[in-house]
Amino acid sequence: MFSGLMLNTWIAATAVAVIAGVTGFFAVLRGQTFAAHAIPNGAFAGAAGATLLGLNPFAGLAIFSVAGALGIAGLSRRSRPDVATALTFVMMLGVGALFVSWSTEYAQEAYSLLFGEVFGVSQGEVLPIVVLGVVSIAAIIVMFRPLMLSSAMPEVAEARGVSTRRMELAFLLVMALATSMTVPVVGALLMFSLMIGPAAAARSLTARPVLAMALSVAIALVTVWVGIAFSYRSNWPLGFFVGIMGAGFFLLSRAYAAIARSARGLQAPPAA
Amino acid sequence: MTVGHLFRYVFEPGFFASGPVHVALAVGTVIAITSAVVGVFTVTRGQSFAGHSLADIATTGGAGAFLIGLNQFWGYLAFGVGAAAFMEMIGVQRRRGRDVATGVVLGAGLGLAALFLYLGTQNSSTTGASFTILFGSMFVITSSTVPVLITSALLALATVLVLARVLLLSSLSPDIAAARGVPVRAVGAAYLMALAVSVALSAVIIGAVLSTALLIGPAATALRVTKGPVRAMAVAAGIGVVATWLGIVLAYDSFYWPPAGRGWPVSFFVVTLIVGGYLVTYLRRGDRREAAAEALDEEQVCSPA
Repeated sequence: MFSGLMLNTWIAATAVAVIAGVTGFFAVLRGQTFAAHAIPNGAFAGAAGATLLGLNPFAGLAIFSVAGALGIAGLSRRSRPDVATALTFVMMLGVGALFVSWSTEYAQEAYSLLFGEVFGVSQGEVLPIVVLGVVSIAAIIVMFRPLMLSSAMPEVAEARGVSTRRMELAFLLVMALATSMTVPVVGALLMFSLMIGPAAAARSLTARPVLAMALSVAIALVTVWVGIAFSYRSNWPLGFFVGIMGAGFFLLSRAYAAIARSARGLQAPPAA
Repeated sequence: MTVGHLFRYVFEPGFFASGPVHVALAVGTVIAITSAVVGVFTVTRGQSFAGHSLADIATTGGAGAFLIGLNQFWGYLAFGVGAAAFMEMIGVQRRRGRDVATGVVLGAGLGLAALFLYLGTQNSSTTGASFTILFGSMFVITSSTVPVLITSALLALATVLVLARVLLLSSLSPDIAAARGVPVRAVGAAYLMALAVSVALSAVIIGAVLSTALLIGPAATALRVTKGPVRAMAVAAGIGVVATWLGIVLAYDSFYWPPAGRGWPVSFFVVTLIVGGYLVTYLRRGDRREAAAEALDEEQVCSPA
């Protein structure tokens, strides 16, 4: 389970879990869960287009995820964010449907993009993922304070000269960056589950931002590691274990938060 | 040339193998209208994500039903309604909490989708199975389910229309609604169920992508250009139907277009038309204020009175 090719899987999955834990925390905090779903899934259309043109799927993923981030941020200026996200998303998928209809041999590859090929990670794929993970986490650390402020208290942030709109765009771009590299490895669906479940669980356990972010990463790591072990043994898809465990952690921490609240009789941190 | 002939040219052979095309077309129109009307409330309540997630999860149910040999329609419906109940259960009433609850349920649903598709490909070697999740398997329903389908659509529509007044009030200002004795949470739950049924229906027929497009696009466009919920519903239904039909006609025209020479997908045209229509409203309002971030709820202008 820990030898040869599997070692790549462990390293890549660990990097992905850290990225997902950090970006997911902000996605949940900012109420941008829909964007976290739309960008990875919509980017898949880009991979379809790139395959069609004979390009590297990474290029297509990167272009489409950035386009998705720009579309969501752009439309959000004068629409409700969820409507903006929904329309950007369906547009990307519509284009994806077009690309898929043009190509003849895409179906198998599409499956791996949606659900990932986590057990087939090659040595060459590990390095870009780790580098990308470091870059996107560095980006988040650099803008941690303004991002935090504009996520939690947009009005205060504006008053202090932090542009909400610019922060949103920056965050969506980091998400797009993280997505374009992780999707081929873990798949669009798993990336989403991994961003939301652990972060939502962490948020209902504590209101302290740094602690919540650390918890989110920790839960994401546990989810992925246990998931890989189960998946390796049972041969069932990793996405299944991650999805179910993400929801499970969320329910457990909600229950824990409720019990702790009633035990202390205090006003507990707001459950996400 | 009958409508049936026309469509056999538009879509690949076998696409429609399971039922008369004109029935499917009629059902498509019903779906467009139902989605548009339900969508007006979805947009007003800020539940686009829930609407999309329910479609995704419903398709998962279809895969599950296929696996155990049931009629897929019941799988769609069961998963859609079940997911809606689950979201309602764990979702707090605040908008942000609802978003997260939706995300968590969707994550679990997609996990199940991965499992069902994996098990499905173990049994048969259909590699295209994953597409049902995103693009739906258009017109896979047998004609025997069509009456059930239309009945459920009408049921969802009726629920929403009956609830319309209280729903609007409790969407726009929950506090006033509660003060007036409206059971806000129960109304919200009933609405979510209706949304689940309508979305599951459209997902089974036109796929999750188009389902979301028809639910959100026409309603959001209508809410931008009209005042008042009734007019918005009518305009949204009109936009939905026109986009659907135009999309089908364009798909027919595209039969000899490059590069593949076998038609472009209907979903691409319908989505493009809908998103394009929405963007046109931007032009119309372009001369107005540069939209100070939050105050932009043009979509919320419809008042319950």
